[in-house]
Amino acid sequence: MNFSLDQLKIMDSIIARYPRSRSAVMPLLHYVQALDGYVTPRGIEKISELLNISTAEVTAVSSFYTQYRTEPAGEYHVGVCINTLCAVMGGDEIYKSLEDHLGIKNHETTADGRVSIERIECNAACDYAPVVMVNWEFYDNQTPQSVKDLVDSARAGKPTAPTRGPKTLRTWKQNSEVLAGLSDGLANEGVSAGEASLLGLKIAKGGK
Amino acid sequence: MSKLTPVLSANWDEKDSFTIEGYKRNGGYNAVAKALTMEPDAVIAMIKDSGLRGRGGAGFPTGSKWGFIPQGDNKEHYLVVNADESEPGTCKDMPLLLANPHVLIEGIIIGSYAIRANHAFIYLRGEVVHVFRRVQQAIEDAYKAGLLGKNIGGKGFDLELTLHAGAGAYICGEETALLDSLEGFRGQPRLRPPFPAIAGLYAKPTVVNNVESIASVPAIINNGVEWFQAMGTEKSKGFTLYSLSGHVNNPGQFEAPLGITLRELLELAGGVRTGHKLKFWTPGGSSTPMFTDEHLDIPLDYEGVSAAGSMLGTKALQIFDETTCVIRATLRWCEFYKHESCGKCTPCREGTWWLVQMLQDLEDGKGTEADLTKLLDLCDNIAGRSFCALADGAVAPIISSLKYFRDEYLEHQRNGGCPFDPVASTIFKTVGA
Repeated sequence: MNFSLDQLKIMDSIIARYPRSRSAVMPLLHYVQALDGYVTPRGIEKISELLNISTAEVTAVSSFYTQYRTEPAGEYHVGVCINTLCAVMGGDEIYKSLEDHLGIKNHETTADGRVSIERIECNAACDYAPVVMVNWEFYDNQTPQSVKDLVDSARAGKPTAPTRGPKTLRTWKQNSEVLAGLSDGLANEGVSAGEASLLGLKIAKGGK
Repeated sequence: MSKLTPVLSANWDEKDSFTIEGYKRNGGYNAVAKALTMEPDAVIAMIKDSGLRGRGGAGFPTGSKWGFIPQGDNKEHYLVVNADESEPGTCKDMPLLLANPHVLIEGIIIGSYAIRANHAFIYLRGEVVHVFRRVQQAIEDAYKAGLLGKNIGGKGFDLELTLHAGAGAYICGEETALLDSLEGFRGQPRLRPPFPAIAGLYAKPTVVNNVESIASVPAIINNGVEWFQAMGTEKSKGFTLYSLSGHVNNPGQFEAPLGITLRELLELAGGVRTGHKLKFWTPGGSSTPMFTDEHLDIPLDYEGVSAAGSMLGTKALQIFDETTCVIRATLRWCEFYKHESCGKCTPCREGTWWLVQMLQDLEDGKGTEADLTKLLDLCDNIAGRSFCALADGAVAPIISSLKYFRDEYLEHQRNGGCPFDPVASTIFKTVGA
């Protein structure tokens, strides 16, 4: 299946952001994931054609970065941080209970296509440990039970909202489109900062 | 009075702190107006004089970095902001960009003007979609306000700013790997020299700065060198974000003058988890050798931490209490470095695999005391033998944990396994709660 004219126009606009076209390979890969759910052969071929580099070069880039997938993600891709701090604080327990709850393993997707899971590395929210990311949105201070509830809500089609993010959780493909640099207009939703981010400021203002 | 000095975080508690209106209401973009009336070299001199040092880990003087860009060379220059925050424990730049992306953009305009760059880039890690939205919106609003684009502020200065999402590779936080990634290649570090100031992005003179370093620039322009130098210590000037996480009662961000101690920060964070005591901590992320309760009063500035055998790094203070197995922690970090090794250099690519296997055995209580010597020997053959510092980071937790907790390694062998209950270290009251 070919990409539509509108989609090709978007690809051209992505390339136009850079002084040299090859720099567009990463956002184009994000965009292919937004359309196809993973880095598809047709996506690799199109990027190769647009940037005038070989398909092997596109694949070399794609295979280097963990966010680019070789098979479809679930509609809601759940990443549990298992780097040291989150693991120690409970990430290991969360991850194990999630595997048991869904009956799937790392990098697998539930049969209904709704939820996939992944053991992820540090996601720069350590003051909210244990941290879980769904479609790369922040879910702070999680417990095994809160994550079970979260995936159940996602499978029911009404996912719990992120802690620091938009009011409604968008799908994995929709969020991949944002990473390709296409605005979804949701920047103004959600808090400025979470409680932990504000702790020092509050103490400073309180004059303690 | 607390020692805290909120500057970057001063407005984070306002509901619209991330909007251009919210930023301008608090004096935002005044520094750009001022900087554009100065000569570019005078801006560089001011940042040099302030003593601002890189907040991304290495601590290199920001103004000097700017000064290395050759001028009058008829080449394009680039400013690239490293927003690929991925060092385990580090969590300062993401909340900063979520709450106040405009302070970064203002710093970028000033920095680009100073080094005569007409195109700047923000390389943001890809796993933070809402941060991406906030930065993207801020860039769009800055363009609309005439702060980006052609003839900024009517002063004849042009600047394009491009936001670029990474895709999950820790190594792209290394500046030359970041540049390769931004050029559309696998993110692998380059051999230096040439340094980016001579041959960076597209082989053109390039400055790569951390988010917090660039975000600190507008306040210096606004308030002056003396104001900035009044904070901090002799060689580590100014304010910075300290991030406390782990086994403390109130984890969070604390903006303070350089040189504050962990003892002081712990007091602000409500102390170590009630009923427990400090066992080990990292001063600046997992790549900085760990400390113990002997190091509570070390001034957390570049020199103080270095003199005590570690590095200030990203000021990511990860706190672990006595319920935590230090080998489990070290093994998990080592698995991270193994996963994130780009594969370019053999000592790192192969060595991290061997380290993980040895540490797994030691955690399982296998092996003998001689294996600890072998482990250190392996570390010696990895650190300092690769293009970049990832390999050095990989061995830092191993060498430092062996230094302070050698007996715990032996205890695992005597015990025939790990003597710790992993559930005791969690923050849940009961499993499954």
